[in-house]
Amino acid sequence: MEYAEQLFGQFFGAEWGLMLFSLTKNLALIFAIVIPLLLGVAYLTFAERKIIASMQIRVGPNRVTFFGIPWLGGWGQPIADAVKAMMKEIIVPNGANKVLFILGPILTIAPALAAWAVVPFSPEMVLADINAGLLYILAMTSMGVYGVIIAGWASNSKYAFLGTMRTAAQVVSYELAMGFALVCVLMMSQSLNLGDIVRGQEGGSLLNWYWIPLFPMFVVYFISGVAETNRAPFDVAEGESEIVAGFHVEYSGMAFTVFFLAEYSNMILVATLSSLLFLGGWLPPLDMAPFTLIPGFIWLLLKVAFLLFCFLWFRATFPRYRYDQIMRLGWKVFIPITIVWIVILGGVMQLPSSLLNMFPLNLWFH
Amino acid sequence: MNRIKDFFSSLLLIELVKGMMLTGRYLFARKITVHFPEEKTPQSPRFRGLHALRRYPNGEERCIACKLCESVCPALAITIDSEQRDDGTRRTTSYDIDLTKCIFCGFCEESCPVDSIVETHVLEYHGEKRGDLVYTKEMLLAVGDKYEERIAKDREMDASYR
Repeated sequence: MEYAEQLFGQFFGAEWGLMLFSLTKNLALIFAIVIPLLLGVAYLTFAERKIIASMQIRVGPNRVTFFGIPWLGGWGQPIADAVKAMMKEIIVPNGANKVLFILGPILTIAPALAAWAVVPFSPEMVLADINAGLLYILAMTSMGVYGVIIAGWASNSKYAFLGTMRTAAQVVSYELAMGFALVCVLMMSQSLNLGDIVRGQEGGSLLNWYWIPLFPMFVVYFISGVAETNRAPFDVAEGESEIVAGFHVEYSGMAFTVFFLAEYSNMILVATLSSLLFLGGWLPPLDMAPFTLIPGFIWLLLKVAFLLFCFLWFRATFPRYRYDQIMRLGWKVFIPITIVWIVILGGVMQLPSSLLNMFPLNLWFH
Repeated sequence: MNRIKDFFSSLLLIELVKGMMLTGRYLFARKITVHFPEEKTPQSPRFRGLHALRRYPNGEERCIACKLCESVCPALAITIDSEQRDDGTRRTTSYDIDLTKCIFCGFCEESCPVDSIVETHVLEYHGEKRGDLVYTKEMLLAVGDKYEERIAKDREMDASYR
């Protein structure tokens, strides 16, 4: 690293060298996050097709391979899909607002990728270790809905517009429940920094993680996350049977794919956040020899993989909620539960410290 | 009391977990998919696939150009031209089946008095241009010659039901 810095300094002069070096370094880090993320998205689509197929006693994609190797059957599918999508024409419908039409997918994917800047993958691996990390992520994930609204509006299609209205209402309602669930985490950890939140869950075993004291919040957060990313069973925004494909009916080719990239990277983001906030992030389930040997990054990856599997599991299991049922669940069930839990948690935190140091409570309050 | 029970079973996600256990069990169930090119489902001897024109064992073509198939064809897929051959028998000069029109109803086969036009078990064929799927007399006879053994066997298995 230092050698590279010196090299830049010699080449461009001291002032410019430093600036260009930090620019290059940050760009390299961004690529180091985004490229594995996009690969993860590609293979998440493959996993989704395989897992849902299995649950429906089918086999799923199993033909496209690399170099004709038979046991890799199906693993080439996401690559083939991406190539196909890139070859296709992006059709801009008559009467659509061209600028907004192209802006829609960009505004959807940009925040979905930008949110990853503050995610800590292991104690040191984080691009921007800022103190308001959680707020930044809340802001970024709320931005995504603007892309959807613009896309639906610019399409000049009634189906797209209906889908958009549904998405907007749904995302805004579930944002509240999500925010309240996060308030509980903040009360426990006393920090907005994601790294500090994970460090607050340290203490020897998986019993110290926040999923036990905040179990209802964990469930509410995860379900709200499913609703927030417009995944089944909350995918009324797409609703194939009523409004064709919702906000992206008019999109084709890469513009359409970008919406999916955004949806899947948001899924991975929600799964990562749930594991950071409630499942102890990079911490091993037991602070003992065989578990601590595995690097923290792998533990985070395993937790994320499990939660992503749950996403797919939900999709394979549940029928789509009706629009009014979604609204009822968000406003009349989740928000009351979260508010009640905030009050309970606040009461517990006000207990005298002698009580907080007793057995079950001393696991989480220190 | 029941309402309270229902309230808690949905609030605690018990119903949803039950559903997920079911799909979770099926995740490990044996797949029932038939891997098509490698595995095939059993075929009935009555299967109606690609058409063929048959010959008698002595090599003479069966078709006598009665045009019953042409007139019974609901999709108007068959076109026949005929003339008298030098030995005095009536034979087709052209016998075209447009497979893009054909609905594979099997009426041509049923109407044929000499079992000449038949639908075979063949289902894997394709055309690369639109015209490729208009089968001429030569092509149909070639199909018949190629699969005669199987065609005869299938007719024989089905004979008692005709």
